[in-house]
Amino acid sequence: MSFTEVLLMMFGAILVENFIFSKFYGCCPFLGVSEKPGTALGMGMAVTFVMTISSAVTWAVYYLLLKPFGLEYLKTVAFILVIAALVQFIEMFLRKFVPALYSAMGIFLPLITTNCAVLGAALVNIQNGYDFIGSVCYGFAAAIGFTLAIVIFAGLRSRIDYDAAPRAFRGFPLTLIAAGLLAMAFAGFSGVNFS
Amino acid sequence: MQILTPILILAGLGLVFGIVLAVASKAFAVEVDERVPAVTDVLPGANCGGCGYSGCAALAEAIVKGEAKPNACTVGGNEVAEAIGKIMGISVEKTVRKRAQVMCSGTCDLTTSKYIYEGAHDCIAAAKLGGGDKACANGCVGLGTCADACPFEAITVENGVAAVDYHKCRGCGVCVATCPKHVIELIPYDSAHWIGCKSAEKGAVTRKVCEVGCIGCRLCEKNCEYGAVKVEGSLAVIDYEKCVDCGVCVEKCPRHIIWSAKSQGDGLTITCEVLKNK
Repeated sequence: MSFTEVLLMMFGAILVENFIFSKFYGCCPFLGVSEKPGTALGMGMAVTFVMTISSAVTWAVYYLLLKPFGLEYLKTVAFILVIAALVQFIEMFLRKFVPALYSAMGIFLPLITTNCAVLGAALVNIQNGYDFIGSVCYGFAAAIGFTLAIVIFAGLRSRIDYDAAPRAFRGFPLTLIAAGLLAMAFAGFSGVNFS
Repeated sequence: MQILTPILILAGLGLVFGIVLAVASKAFAVEVDERVPAVTDVLPGANCGGCGYSGCAALAEAIVKGEAKPNACTVGGNEVAEAIGKIMGISVEKTVRKRAQVMCSGTCDLTTSKYIYEGAHDCIAAAKLGGGDKACANGCVGLGTCADACPFEAITVENGVAAVDYHKCRGCGVCVATCPKHVIELIPYDSAHWIGCKSAEKGAVTRKVCEVGCIGCRLCEKNCEYGAVKVEGSLAVIDYEKCVDCGVCVEKCPRHIIWSAKSQGDGLTITCEVLKNK
């Protein structure tokens, strides 16, 4: 892939095909860890970190191990295995060598082990036939899109908390409505097409 | 034969990752002081942040490192402090259990409001608009930001003034730090008397905005045998080291602003007669 292609692909992954609003990947952290902008950012950072590395590793596993043996159909189960082991490994590594980073996003890492956004990025990489650089960039950009969405949403939620909404709407109902409105705002990007 | 390759590859992947993780867990093992989890277990585990650390685990780490005192947890009180002292092998000073008390009696029917507030349902936001809608500059805003902040759900807002449930209050002080009006104070848990007013204004001004506010008439100060009540500026303040809970000031106060509670079972309860007089 050329440099321009990669750049456009990344722009598309962040805004046009946002993981949460267009593909519905990673909805559980989007609703679960978006109460405060600070924790949302921590979660976003952890997802970005893991998704970039896992994109690289799953690409290698697919093209160097599964494809030569004609086992493409095993990719989903193999990727789950790879990602779970990878996240555990990263957690141990960070705890030993980068304690500052570990204390910043350590509690989020176990949550990401089975995060569908991470698995989704790995599968989309294969589906779209990206090369190694393309896969890593796509994983990174999709995670940035995820971070953008979850941080904006956390900001919205912290404002909603102070509104005197009707009792029946307080809490989760209003959160879902706000998520819907935010998704509609992001739908404005859906017409953007570079090809 | 065809089924053997995928089985071998998947099993091989699993085996390789298993071995790598097993090796990594040994190679990257972080030495943890075993006193940290022990202290964490003893702490209440409410993660209220009243001690100034982000949670009970963070406080436990600080105590083991010697950065925090073993009695830093106000919620746990003496029992927890002693248990921590045992783990750490040091003696611990006793602390007095405290409770939060809202120093305001200006309910909706007793105070006037400056304007009709329709903004965000939050005391901090309201206090930024000319100090809130209550005419009294020091009174409880009554939108319940302290109630939201309380990790023990001990605070409710009743008729425009926050009230603390003494059975639930653990004295962590989160509400004290949250209140934009600084109208909540921590007082010794067993003390049965407090001044239900924080007005720093002169008596004439207080009289205009609130039917029950302290006017600084000094009747309580004159009648207290123990010198425990002092009027500072134009507001009576109780010195809890001297107060013996005799209750004379409650009777003498012409504004009925000094509150009295009685001990009942494991906590304090406000008596019905007092509530009727307010």
